[in-house]
Amino acid sequence: MNKIVSYVRSLFLFELLKGLGLTGRYMFTRPFTLEYPEEKAPVSPRFRGLHAQRRYPNGEERCIACKLCEAVCPALAITIEAAPREDGERRTTRYDIDLFKCIFCGFCEESCPVDAIVETRVYEYHFEERGEQIMTKDKLLAMGEKYEEQLAADRAAQAAVR
Amino acid sequence: MDSVIELWNALPLVVQILLKIVVIMVPLMLMVAYYTYFERKIIGHMQVRMGPNRVGFFGFRMLGLGQPIADAVKLMFKEIVIPSGANKLLFVIAPMLSIGPALAAWAVFPFNAELALTNINAGLLYILALTSLGVYGVIIAGWASNSKYALLGAMRSAAQIVAYEIAMGFALVGVLVAAGSLNLQEIVLAQQGSPLHWFWLPLLPLFVIYFISGVAETNRAPFDVAEGESEIVAGFHVEYSGMTFAVFFLAEYANMILISALSALMFLGGWLSPFQGAGIESWFSWVPGFFWLLLKTFVFMFLFLWFRATFPRYRYDQIMRLGWKVFIPITIVWIVVVGLMKVNHVPWWFN
Repeated sequence: MNKIVSYVRSLFLFELLKGLGLTGRYMFTRPFTLEYPEEKAPVSPRFRGLHAQRRYPNGEERCIACKLCEAVCPALAITIEAAPREDGERRTTRYDIDLFKCIFCGFCEESCPVDAIVETRVYEYHFEERGEQIMTKDKLLAMGEKYEEQLAADRAAQAAVR
Repeated sequence: MDSVIELWNALPLVVQILLKIVVIMVPLMLMVAYYTYFERKIIGHMQVRMGPNRVGFFGFRMLGLGQPIADAVKLMFKEIVIPSGANKLLFVIAPMLSIGPALAAWAVFPFNAELALTNINAGLLYILALTSLGVYGVIIAGWASNSKYALLGAMRSAAQIVAYEIAMGFALVGVLVAAGSLNLQEIVLAQQGSPLHWFWLPLLPLFVIYFISGVAETNRAPFDVAEGESEIVAGFHVEYSGMTFAVFFLAEYANMILISALSALMFLGGWLSPFQGAGIESWFSWVPGFFWLLLKTFVFMFLFLWFRATFPRYRYDQIMRLGWKVFIPITIVWIVVVGLMKVNHVPWWFN
C-alpha cells in the first residue's frame, strides 16, 4: 500500500511541486545582499583589520620593544630590531609587519603588555607595488594617529573582557 | 498607407521574405538577450540574492538592464580559440548547426490568426524535425573539440535527446489527434471556446510530458547533464569561446523560447483570449491576440527559470528511467485515451 502511495505521489510530482513552492515563496522575500561599496556590514569592536601602533596621550610611543609580539606571531610576520634611544629609553629601530605573511590572528595585540600594537577596523586596502605590503614603523604609527579615537573607544568598550 | 502597401508589393519576393525574417528575428534576439537577464535576476531573487544590478545606460544603474548588452559586446570582442587538435571545419560549423534549427522553426510559427512567415500544412512535423536537428550541433561540437569532457557531454546529450524526442513526438501525436491537423494555425483554432476548451485539459498528461521533455531537449536544468558543470566543466562547449560560445548560448535560449511558445500554442490556445466564453470577452477584444500568446509564452519561460532555481541535476540513469520507463508508457496510454475521446465525441472538446 505504501508503495502504491509513493508511486502515485511521485507520478503527480508531489515533492517537486513542494520544492517549486518553496523557491516560489522565497522569490518574494527581501534579498540578503549588501550592496557593498554603498552599504557596509557593521564592524565589531573586536574586528581584526590592518595594524597600527599607538602612542600615549603625551605623544610618547607605547612600544617598548619587548618582542613578545614577534615571538608569538604564528606566521613570523613581525620583524623587530631594537636599540636604546638618545635618552637611554629602549625603543624599536625597526618594526615591520609583512602583510603577505600576516594571518590577522590578533595574537600580537593580545600579547602586547602596553597595548602598543593593535588591529584597526580598516579592511579596505590594496598594494600596487612590491614592498608596499610591509607595514613599517612609520606606517604603523601613522595609522595609529589616524584612528586613535576609534582605537581608544574600541579598547574601552572591550575593557571588561580583555 | 496605400503607398506603403504598394511599395511593399513592388519589392522582390526575396527582399520581402528577408524583411519578414528580420521582423521576427530582431525581437527574438532581444528576447533572448533579456531572457538571460531575467534568468539571473529571477534565480537570484529565488536564492535571496539580487542578481545583476550595476550595468545601466548613460551612467544610471537602471536595475542592471544594460547587462545583456554588455555581455554581448564582451563576447563579440573576445578571441575565438580553436584548439589545435580540433577538427576546424566541424568546430566552426557546430554552433551554426545548433542555432540554425532554433531560428528556422519560427518560420511556421503563427503569431495570430493571419500572421505567420509561412502557413504550411505539415507545420507540426516541420517543427518536430527541426527541434530534433538541434542535437547535431551539440554532438558535432562535442566530437570536433577533441576534448574528453566535450565528448562526454555530447554523448550524454545524444542519449538523452533520443529518449525524450520519442516522448515529445508522442505528446505531439496526441495534439495531432485532438486537433485533427498538422497545421499549427488549425491546431489553435481547434481549441476555440474557452480556457476549458484548450488542449491542456484533455491532454493534461501529454502537456506536462511535452513541457518536461522540452526542458530535457533544451538541455536545461534539471536535465543539464550535457553541460554538467560540476562534473564535466561545461560539457559540449568547454572548448568554445567568444562568439562561437555566444552562438551556442543564443541557440539554447532561442530553443527555450521556442519550446515555451510551442507549449502555449498547442496546449494553451495560442493567441486565443483567456476570457473567451466567460461573457466578458468583448471587454478585451481590443487586446491583440499576439499579446495573449506572448503572455502564455512568458509563463512557460518563467517555468524554465523556476525549474532551474529549484531542482538539482538528475542523475544520468534517472534521466533514462524517466524518459523510457515513465514518459513513453504514459504518452502511449494517453494517445489511446485521446483517440477514444475523439472517436466518441466526448463533450465538450471533441463534439
